[in-house]
Order: sequence, then C-alpha cells, then structure tokens
Amino acid sequence: MAVLTFREVSLRFAGVKAIDGVSFEVDDKELFAVIGPNGAGKTSIFNVLSGVYRPQEGQVTFLGQDLLRRRPHEIAALGMARTFQNVELFHNLTVLDNLMLGRHHHFRYGALSAVLWYGRARRAELEARARVEDIVDFLELEAWRRHPVRLLPYGIQKRVELGRALAMEPKLLLLDEPVAGMNLEETEDTARFILDIRDELGIPIVLVDHDMGLVMDLADRVLVLDFGRPVALGTPAQVQQDPKVIEAYLGGAA
Amino acid sequence: MTVARDIPTSRSRARRVRGRPLLYTSYAQDMALLDTTAKRAWTFVLVVLAFSLAAILQDRSLEVLAGAYVMAIGAIGLNIVSGYAGQISLGHAFFVAIGAYTAAALSGPVDGRTIGFGLAEIWIWLPAAGVVAAVFGVIVAPLAARLRGLYLAVVTLGLVFLGEHVFKEWKSLTGGPGVGREAAVPELFGIRLNEDGPLGTGEQTMYVLTLALLIVFALAARNLARSRIGRAFAAIRDRDIAAEVMGVPLTRYKVLAFGISSFYAGCAGALLYSITGYVEPGSFSLLLSVQFIAMVLIGGVATVSGSIMGALFIVLIQPLTRSLPALLPVISSDTTVTPNVYQVETVLYGLLIILFLVFEPRGLFGIWIRARTYWKSWPFSY
Ligand SMILES: Nc1ncnc2c1ncn2[C@@H]1O[C@H](COP(=O)(O)OP(=O)(O)O)[C@@H](O)[C@H]1O
Ligand SMILES: [Mg+2]
Repeated sequence: MAVLTFREVSLRFAGVKAIDGVSFEVDDKELFAVIGPNGAGKTSIFNVLSGVYRPQEGQVTFLGQDLLRRRPHEIAALGMARTFQNVELFHNLTVLDNLMLGRHHHFRYGALSAVLWYGRARRAELEARARVEDIVDFLELEAWRRHPVRLLPYGIQKRVELGRALAMEPKLLLLDEPVAGMNLEETEDTARFILDIRDELGIPIVLVDHDMGLVMDLADRVLVLDFGRPVALGTPAQVQQDPKVIEAYLGGAA
Repeated sequence: MTVARDIPTSRSRARRVRGRPLLYTSYAQDMALLDTTAKRAWTFVLVVLAFSLAAILQDRSLEVLAGAYVMAIGAIGLNIVSGYAGQISLGHAFFVAIGAYTAAALSGPVDGRTIGFGLAEIWIWLPAAGVVAAVFGVIVAPLAARLRGLYLAVVTLGLVFLGEHVFKEWKSLTGGPGVGREAAVPELFGIRLNEDGPLGTGEQTMYVLTLALLIVFALAARNLARSRIGRAFAAIRDRDIAAEVMGVPLTRYKVLAFGISSFYAGCAGALLYSITGYVEPGSFSLLLSVQFIAMVLIGGVATVSGSIMGALFIVLIQPLTRSLPALLPVISSDTTVTPNVYQVETVLYGLLIILFLVFEPRGLFGIWIRARTYWKSWPFSY
C-alpha cells in the first residue's frame, strides 16, 4: 500500500519551475530516493510535503489524507518528519531538549498542568524522556546529551537532527541530503543508521541526495530529477542504465 | 554521567550516590528543578534569609525590596515573551498599566471620585488584574504573530503611546495626569495588609506577601520553561519555520506567550502600586518598558533567576541615583530642569544594557555561573 502519493505536482516561483509535473508513490517500508543536480527541485518537493510551499497544481496524499490544505504543524502531527539540508536545529537548546521538542505533538497536557508540574505533565515528561533516551542510545549521542547543539561539530548536529525527526515517531521520514559535508566515516555511520531505521523501526524513508553513490547502495527505488522535471523512475540498476539519466545527470556532471 | 534506564517514572526518591552529586539514578531526579542537594540547601538558606529580612530591616528598606520583588514578577513576565519565546516587546508597561487599573478599579470605593467596585480582597483583584491584562495580551498577539523583530518592537511601542494617551484622558478611571487615584487596596479576609496590624507593620506584611508571591510566580515560570510549552517557545525563538515543521503551531504559541507574559505584567502592575498606595497615569511610559528590558538583559535572557537579579539590581541602584542631587548639585531632582536624575537614570540603563550586551550577554546570571564554576574548580583556574 502506498504511504505517500505525489501526483502531477507543479510548483512555480516567479518564472522558475521548481517542480514540473512530478509524480511518484512511496510504499510501506520502502526506502525511496530522489536525486538530481543542485537546483533540480528536490528540497522543493520536501517543502511541499511538509506544507511550507503550496504547489499551483497537483495532489499530495499521505496515509489517505490530502496534504495540500494543511498547515505544517498539522502535517507533522499526521506523522511526517524531516531533516533539513542546512541543519535547522534549535541552537540554544540541548541535544535532549531538541529531541524532546520532536515529541511536541505527542503531549496532551496543558498550560496549567505545566505550571504546576504535577500529575499529568510530570508523568508525560518522564515518559517522553525515556523514549528520547532510546533514541540517544540508538544514534550513539550519549556523550552530547546536555550540550547546547550550537557547540557541537557539524556531523553530530546532523545526527541530532535525525534524532529529532525520529523522536516524532514518524510514519514517514524525509531526509534532505543527510550525508552532505560529511567525511567517509560519518557517511558510513549515517548509512548504517538509515538502514537500521528502515529495517528495525520499519519507517518508510524518502532520501534526497545530489550524489549517486549513497543512494544507489541504499535505495529500493530512485526518482531522477533535472530542472524540476522527472527524468527516470525505477530501481537503482534500471536508473543507472537509463540513457536519459546518463545524459541529463551523469553527462551533465562529467 | 549514567542514567539508569529501568526506573524512568519511579516516584520513589532516587538513591543519591555519595560524593557523586551529578550521578543521576532516575530521570525524575535528573529533571528536578533543584537537581543537586547543594542547590536545594542553598535555595532553602536563601529563602529563609529573605523572609527573615522582614524582621531585620527598617520599613523604608522593606518597601524598596517589596517593590523590587514585584518588579521581578513583571521582569519574569517580559522574559517569558521576549527571552524564552523571542518576541521582542516594548509594550510591557501597557500591560502593567492594565493590571494596575483593573485592580485599582475593582478595589476602589464604590462612591469615590474614580470608578470603584469595593472589592478590596486581594484574592479577587490580583487574579482579575492578571486575567484582564492577559486578555489584552491575547488580543494584541495575533498582530504580533504576523510581525517579526523590529516591526514587532515598533507595534508594541505604539501600544505604550496609545495606552499613555488613553490613561491620561480617561479621568474617571485614572484620576488624570498629576492627580492620579488610590491604587488597589490589599485586604485579606478583611485585614488591611498595608497598614500596621497584628502581623507587623504594613511594610513588613507587604514585604512578606510580595516575597511569597514572587516565589510562586518564579516557580510557575521555571516549570513552564521546562515543559512542552517552554520548549516550544524556545524552538520558535531559535528557528520558527523548523518549529512549525516539527509540530509547533506558531500562532497559538505566540498568543500563549503574550497571554502568559501579560498575566505576569498585570499582576505586577496591581501589586506595585498597592505598596505605595497611589497610582498616576504618567507612570506607564516607555521608561517603564525600558526598565523591564534592562532587567531582563542585565539579569540574563531566558533565565528566571536572572530576571530576579536584574530587577533587584535596577531597583536597588535607584536609591543611589536618587541621592545624586545631594552629592552633585549639577544634577537636579526636578523633572523640568536638565540634567535631572531621571535623565541620568535613563542614560544609565542604556549604558548598562550596552555594556552587558557587549561584555556579558548572559547577564548577571552568566556572571554567577562563571563565578560558581570558578570556585568549583578552585584552585585550578580551568
Ligand atoms: N523560496 C524560493 N523562492 C524562489 N525560488 C526558489 C525557492 N525555493 C526554491 N527555488 C528555486 O527552485 C529551484 C529548485 O530548488 P531546490 O528545490 O532547492 O533544489 P535542490 O534541492 O534540488 O537543489 C531552484 O531553481 C531554486 O532557485
Ligand atoms: Mg536541496
């Protein structure tokens, strides 16, 4: 069953066609990749999915719900989590608090309960903390727990952002260039985390990258974009042999 | 630092490992407000000391301190909206005024010169002042939700001017400029708290009352700050788009921040003038807003204890500046003469704000943390 359907979507900015008639579906437990050179419209697709941009045409359905009329926080509550190409953490908060914020929509207690810190609020916070500690474990962030994230190295910040998305307990995870700017070791760690998320936690993932390497190793299916237009869609092996891809993408890069 | 994973929600008192104050054995202990025995002990000593001042200090000093405590409540309020939630507000004085006049009108005599409802019980007018101010905060907030940074500052500045004008003209409520009216009368079950009575002098009683209220308001703010709401405020401050994508409804939380902040301001306004017994519409000028901003910046942005330190600092330097005319005859205490003490104070606040922003952006709170770290690691300086 498709978790996400993206149908004939077009998004324009004053003359620039960021997304131009793109369609794809993401299935349960699938690791779906979107690749294309810089400016191909990959991040724009994520911004449409999370409700930051509103496309002029097309339909987007997530778990049977129409996404196009919803605000970003409503989409988050439906179970869509994402990371950002340029890390967008809450810089003055600690690693723990960043992850705790990811659980925002799971909390039900109100302001009065918060002020009294008794009963419901206290219980909910303790329970959330236990969940967050699981993620800290999973992503091996123990050493950084109490550090304000602005003081952390870039690679760790990327990992914290992944943790914050996981803390949302998402039903779909969007990763925007998760290994950009990472060295080889960090890239391998991240690849392992991504596979674990899909295999152990069973969360379907949409992975965006401008580089073929990682994507070809990890993805079940790949969508190739160029100037907002879909060039090819298929398994990594199919896509790699597609002459249009070689010309538009690999050819352009060479 | 290890965290035992198996007893996360245990309500039983966590085992404290001797000599390892930072070794937490449960999340509950780790997430407590006063997480180490040392912090608990010092807080206890400080609170006992503060209360015992009521028996030690003279009435004049007690009155000044009570004023400082009330200003601290107001400063915590401003810190909630501007420090925690990052929404710059120059309009704090406006909400303080709303609280002051709500309380004054509720507790004033029914047949007096100005509007009055004869409800002098503090448990009526204090929450009412907070709630009415909060309602105004909530009304203004949606406007603020559309504006950022400088634009928000300008709009909230407009609020102060608007308020100043209305309060000066609305003589049946405020008594008019230069005349003023009686402020809220603090009565508890028929006993007037600001007059000498069985509990002590009026100043002593008001001192104890304002200190107790400050503790309540400070605790509430600390709890709020560490809750989902405080985290959402901080997320909006640090990165609003990301906060929304992570599930924080921006407008709702900005409205909430203004509402809570204005509630604090309203309560502070109601109490402030009940200490001196008299309120004049000229008090709610931009200078009052600037005082609160100075308290927050000097004390420490996004810290409750910083707000208290900042308020004490600003209020306690006032007796010094007010004694300037006696020492330096150039400086007058008459507002119509230049230079006068009020101008000197304004300049001083400005200078202090700049100095702190440049040299210690974390404020007095930051200085305190550094001093503490220094003594902890003494004799090793790093
Ligand atoms: N907010 C925006 N305003 C104007 N143009 C935009 C905006 N966001 C993206 N674009 C344009 O849309 C195109 C696709 O951008 P983007 O989705 O960021 O590409 P990618 O992530 O694949 O590098 C680019 O030409 C970019 O300049
Ligand atoms: Mg991009």
